[in-house]
Amino acid sequence: MKILGKLTILLCGVLLMFFTMEFPDWGDPESPASTHLSPYFIQHTMEDTAVPNIVTSVLADYRGYDTMFETTVILTAGLACFLLLRIERKKVPHRYYRHEPTGVTLRMEGDKFPRNSEVFQRMDANWVPYDFIISRTCRLIIPFIQIFALYVVAHGHHSPGGGFQGGVLMGASVILFAISHSLRAAIKSFSEKTAALLSVTGVFIYAGTGALCLIFGEVFLNYSALAPLFGSDRVMARSHGILMVEIGVAVAVTAVMIWIYYNLSSAGKQDEGL
Amino acid sequence: MTRHLPALIIVIPLLAALVTAGSGWINQKAPFRIAVAALLFSFICAVLMLIQVITTGIAMEYRMAGWAGPMGIVYIIDHLSALVLVIITAVSTLNLVAQKKNIISEFKDKAGAFNALYVLFTAGLIGMTATGDAFNLYVLLEIVSLSGYALIGLGNNRAPLATLNYLFLGTIGATFYLLGVGYLYIATGTLNMAELATIIPQNMGSGVILFAFIICLTGLFVKMALFPVHGWLPEAYSQSTSVSAGLIAPLTTKVTVYIMVRICMTVFTPEYTFGHLDVSGFIVLLAIVTIVFGSLSALAQKNVKKMLSYIIIAEVGYMVGGFFLGNRLGISGAILHIVNDAAMTLALFLAAGIFIWKTGGESRSDLKGLFAKMPFTMAGFVLAALSVVGVPPTCGFFSKWYLISGGIQAGNYLFVAALIFSSLVNAVLFFRLFEIAYFEPFTEGHGHGGGSHGNSHHYTGVLAIKEAPLDMLVPFLIASMTLIVLGLYSGTIVTNIIQFAIPTGVI
Amino acid sequence: MESIFALVLAKANYVAYIILMMVGLYAMIVKNNLIKKIVGMTIFQTAVILFYVSIGCKRGATIPILEHHASPETAAHGAEKIVAHAMDAVNVTHYINPLPHVLMLTAIVVGVATLGVALALAIKVYNTYGTVEEDEINQQLRSG
Repeated sequence: MKILGKLTILLCGVLLMFFTMEFPDWGDPESPASTHLSPYFIQHTMEDTAVPNIVTSVLADYRGYDTMFETTVILTAGLACFLLLRIERKKVPHRYYRHEPTGVTLRMEGDKFPRNSEVFQRMDANWVPYDFIISRTCRLIIPFIQIFALYVVAHGHHSPGGGFQGGVLMGASVILFAISHSLRAAIKSFSEKTAALLSVTGVFIYAGTGALCLIFGEVFLNYSALAPLFGSDRVMARSHGILMVEIGVAVAVTAVMIWIYYNLSSAGKQDEGL
Repeated sequence: MTRHLPALIIVIPLLAALVTAGSGWINQKAPFRIAVAALLFSFICAVLMLIQVITTGIAMEYRMAGWAGPMGIVYIIDHLSALVLVIITAVSTLNLVAQKKNIISEFKDKAGAFNALYVLFTAGLIGMTATGDAFNLYVLLEIVSLSGYALIGLGNNRAPLATLNYLFLGTIGATFYLLGVGYLYIATGTLNMAELATIIPQNMGSGVILFAFIICLTGLFVKMALFPVHGWLPEAYSQSTSVSAGLIAPLTTKVTVYIMVRICMTVFTPEYTFGHLDVSGFIVLLAIVTIVFGSLSALAQKNVKKMLSYIIIAEVGYMVGGFFLGNRLGISGAILHIVNDAAMTLALFLAAGIFIWKTGGESRSDLKGLFAKMPFTMAGFVLAALSVVGVPPTCGFFSKWYLISGGIQAGNYLFVAALIFSSLVNAVLFFRLFEIAYFEPFTEGHGHGGGSHGNSHHYTGVLAIKEAPLDMLVPFLIASMTLIVLGLYSGTIVTNIIQFAIPTGVI
Repeated sequence: MESIFALVLAKANYVAYIILMMVGLYAMIVKNNLIKKIVGMTIFQTAVILFYVSIGCKRGATIPILEHHASPETAAHGAEKIVAHAMDAVNVTHYINPLPHVLMLTAIVVGVATLGVALALAIKVYNTYGTVEEDEINQQLRSG
């Protein structure tokens, strides 16, 4: 079986390499791919959209329809992980808490929490050891990661960046919080319901902007239609429309990254993760 | 307003899916209603677009974001797209309405996510059909695939493994398609289908375009389960829930056949596909092997859903073989069969859903005595079975007629023999089921427990008729009646719609 | 000999992507462990991404962001000055092809989504069978 697999792969590889002899050379500026369509984008992006970053203008304006479905793909992945894995939490009859200063262990019935839960630590089979250095260090770093994420989203027009990159950075900051502290602490500050609703809101911002253009009379996703809304001319309206959809993408990607992490790392139970 | 129909037909389901997913966290009943409303709206849009395309005779073009192709993405609704759009939305709506009880019992607290994935699946199929850009098709193909994996993965115990196999093969297929689009981009520099159709005839001898064609087609064959890459289909469809099977089985393979027709005829023009290249004979041979293999494997199955899955594989063989015959009759037969097969498969899987709900078991012997207990359901099932066999006036007969005529005209008698052989095998299959359902007595309470949803339906008297509930029965009977209606109107469909879908160069 | 070497060097990106793709396909087909198959699938998709990005390359060109400088007077006069500055003739061969980059942003996201769903399914398989080795699962299916 392995020999057959190796032979097939070798044959396919040789066949593919034989066919690539006809391709244009690497780095050739006269290949059809570089001379047919792309010069239009490079030459006309400033006068059409006033955005110097050509990748952003092609991504969010010329081919903005593709990007809307790309955001929908990542939302579909989040929904799929939720649908496949999520198990409801069993209600436990009682819980144990330890009072930090004195070392006394309490037992609470039902679903009650002790008041002033800062000094009470929950103890059960899924209790994770508490590492001081890692949690404090990450607590220092996380705000800077989030500021950088916002910077990346906002500067997508003028430097490499945009919605996807910024969204992943922001999601990574919350995942870092979940890894360095515990999953329960992360869920308490950024619950699963928030993640699910935010992810849907992000895609809704994107599709909603397009539908708004439809209501204003132009075709779907034609941001020039929003010129009266922003109070500028048609070209700048495109630039602002691109910013709006990038914000929607960032919100959606952030929330979906966190949602998928919650479901995958705890295998659906969401009591304790990695 | 009708100017914006090509955008509305996909934007409204997309927005509705988002609202459904969000409302699932607040209310458990709202998602289903929103989903049904959105799908009904798309169905009405699709019918309106079909009427407009037929009456004006020209294709509707819609430029997304205001840019003309090839700079931007363009949606083109011509005769072929409009026809397939009507079928997609109709099947999707009927299935959702018919399986309401199954959804409530199987996806109790995840109704929001399930309905959202259902509507996203349909929206992806709609977009795939209407698009005029090769890369946009890949993105929508992946939306359809991902929501399909999620919907299938929630079946019984063996579902996750079957879905994982489906995922591997599906990813290979989609990535091969992406690679083919990349090769076309290297050779021509554009992604717009209409522009590719003008550039390719000037470069017919290029090896790059030949290889792009081969790799695109291989990827699509993997996704439509042609022999020998069909291995994922029987397991995946038989282990899923009846709701998911009723949605995915009639649509995925047929829309992939539509994509193959679109790529071979619109992008690589018919002169290239049938004239310049010489692979048609080999592909028809593959299709013949698929038909024979599918029919024979269906004979060996005891599980009803697995038997239906192998019949689907054989039907894909009909369509691929008929298309690659290369003449007008064969291509018309293949396109007509896309429509007919979607309707037939929907009726068959809805019937299987009703049987499983009623008896709790999935094997052939669980159908004992059902003729007397559920006469209306069995009547609809008999209609669907006769359509698969190919008995007039059901629609299956007419598409087989076109395919056989195309085979005779092309001189490919092996294909004609395979079609007739497959019809005979289907007859044996279904009459065996009828025999079990009609002649064997109904045994009381033989549900296997795994499939019966809570309340079992023990009857009191031997002669009492206990039909399926009305909201399951009525959509199923509508689907069965459609088979006869499609059959009687086959001629109209071919002369008014399919004739214009095939370029005039093909004889 | 030199001509073959020169040929391989001229098409180096295609050779690289083919080797990577074959490695990924080999892992998907031959390995028994489900997680290794998933990794192979990711490698396979990454190879296609590498192929696309290498198409857009141009010798001696820079990243596709039009050169513009924000100086104090442009910031004061707003965006119109930036537009006017950057609209002086743009040399197309100075910037690489942006379209493959855009397409591959989408493909990367699609790859990540597929990876997420595949891992969720693998977790479910592990919960059902207790193992992720395919031959052990087949053994359980045959006997159970």
